[in-house]
Amino acid sequence: MSAMLSVQGVHTFYGHIEALRGIDLEVRKGEIVALIGSNGAGKSTLLMTICGTPQAAKGRVVFDGRDITKVPTHEIMRSGIAQAPEGRRIFPRMTVLENLQMGASSAPPEHFAEDLERALAIFPILKERQGQRGGTLSGGEQQMLAIARALMSRPRLLLLDEPSLGLAPMTVRRIFQVIRDINRQGVTIFLVEQNAYHALRLAHRAYVMVTGTIGMTGTGAELLANREVRAAYLEGGVTEEVVAGGAP
Amino acid sequence: MAYFLQQLINGLSLGAIFGLIAIGYTMVYGIIGMINFAHGDIFMVGGFIAIIAFMVLGLLGITWVPLALLVMLAVAVAFTALYGWALERVAYRPLRNSGRLAPLISAIGMSIFLQNYVQLLQGARNKALGTPPISGGITLMDSAGFSVQLSYMQIIIIVSTVLLMAGFTYLINTTTLGRNQRACEQDMRMARLLGVDVDRTIALTFVMGASLAAVAGMVWLLYYGIIDFYVGFLAGIKAFTAAVLGGIGSLPGAMLGGLLIGLIEVFWSAYFSAEYKDVAAFGILVLVLVFRPTGLLGKPEVEKV
Repeated sequence: MSAMLSVQGVHTFYGHIEALRGIDLEVRKGEIVALIGSNGAGKSTLLMTICGTPQAAKGRVVFDGRDITKVPTHEIMRSGIAQAPEGRRIFPRMTVLENLQMGASSAPPEHFAEDLERALAIFPILKERQGQRGGTLSGGEQQMLAIARALMSRPRLLLLDEPSLGLAPMTVRRIFQVIRDINRQGVTIFLVEQNAYHALRLAHRAYVMVTGTIGMTGTGAELLANREVRAAYLEGGVTEEVVAGGAP
Repeated sequence: MAYFLQQLINGLSLGAIFGLIAIGYTMVYGIIGMINFAHGDIFMVGGFIAIIAFMVLGLLGITWVPLALLVMLAVAVAFTALYGWALERVAYRPLRNSGRLAPLISAIGMSIFLQNYVQLLQGARNKALGTPPISGGITLMDSAGFSVQLSYMQIIIIVSTVLLMAGFTYLINTTTLGRNQRACEQDMRMARLLGVDVDRTIALTFVMGASLAAVAGMVWLLYYGIIDFYVGFLAGIKAFTAAVLGGIGSLPGAMLGGLLIGLIEVFWSAYFSAEYKDVAAFGILVLVLVFRPTGLLGKPEVEKV
């Protein structure tokens, strides 16, 4: 299978700080790929670099065979990639419905009603909250809205940044269940998580990121069984449920 | 009572013009967090384009007033919008990622440039309209030797301002462009991540602000009958004051602030002294900022959690 997304030797700088130091990875069509790593390893920076904000200083990002390294962000997002970013970034003074309309910016308008119905079927709670302002939602609801908003553009590749952060264990399970369902409907998923246990169980393949480089790669099950990974991201007095709870 | 009523009418008319200009300040501030100090001069350019259109129409022999006014309006709005667009493209967009100070300095530079540009092209003397195309009015009240006049021009000012405000509120709240503008205002990077062409949205915001400034410039010209290259400075500062007074970033706030500044100025001139009318307007601003720093309708900055 050919790569849908291919990141080749990418370096990204924030000012003088080199946040990414030569990243190589690929995501194939239909996969769920997880990227785990500790805080500050550069995971979110990688997702943002794929979206061209900031652009990679060196290396290439190729999506569907097209080099998108220097393409403006809004054009990248119109070519079939969507992101539910770190911190959710819901528009706080817009209603839930308006947030979803914003998500549909790059989709053909005639599909809006159908896409809206599908998104609200995945997250029924959002249906009740349609007229409410985004800023008044709970953390879990905001996360659901962020994912629903990303789906409104009918992406082929969905980038998810820490969807479990700060959520109650039950909500986390629900979110991961939804991610699996979305994937089964044909959306390729690239998932960034600190919650390594859930992410590795869900993912077909995964990469481990350490301070701006890729440290390890393998299938989800392989990494879950790996001693180093277990020591660094799964154990150390942390039980699975606490990890699942995304302790603040 | 009659005197008071007359001042109220005058104050509302002047305030409506300030409000139209203030919307340009507040929209641009809302979306890119920058005070466009050249906006007052865009208003002045709008007035000049209107008077040029008026002269050309006179030469062509088109003197039927409604047609002449419509053509003037269309020409003024179209060309002033072009100035607004070019201003953003040339002076602000290249500085988008360079902090707050650089675009501010650039704006002051553009303000000076526009004043000198018009002065060189049109001369330093004020330009007069000659016979005003709209004159006359209605006498509302006639008591004790004082008659309250509502001129046709004042009716036009107030009615067109109300219509424009209604149109703009609709545009911002319900159209895709308006939604994109609000999204850029709340989280520009996220808007970009959803496929919004942020540069285009910002450019259109400048075009919209400049269009309203053009209407204000034309109305100013018709109301006072004269215009000069320097008129944008004080009118701009007052409209900016209005925007801050109402709560910068808020559309209804800009209109409310404009009306208040107009009323304060007119009433102060009527009951105290015309020399100190500017002091009164700016004094009220100081008071509001001391007791309510976000302005009358402004929303306090929400801390992101």
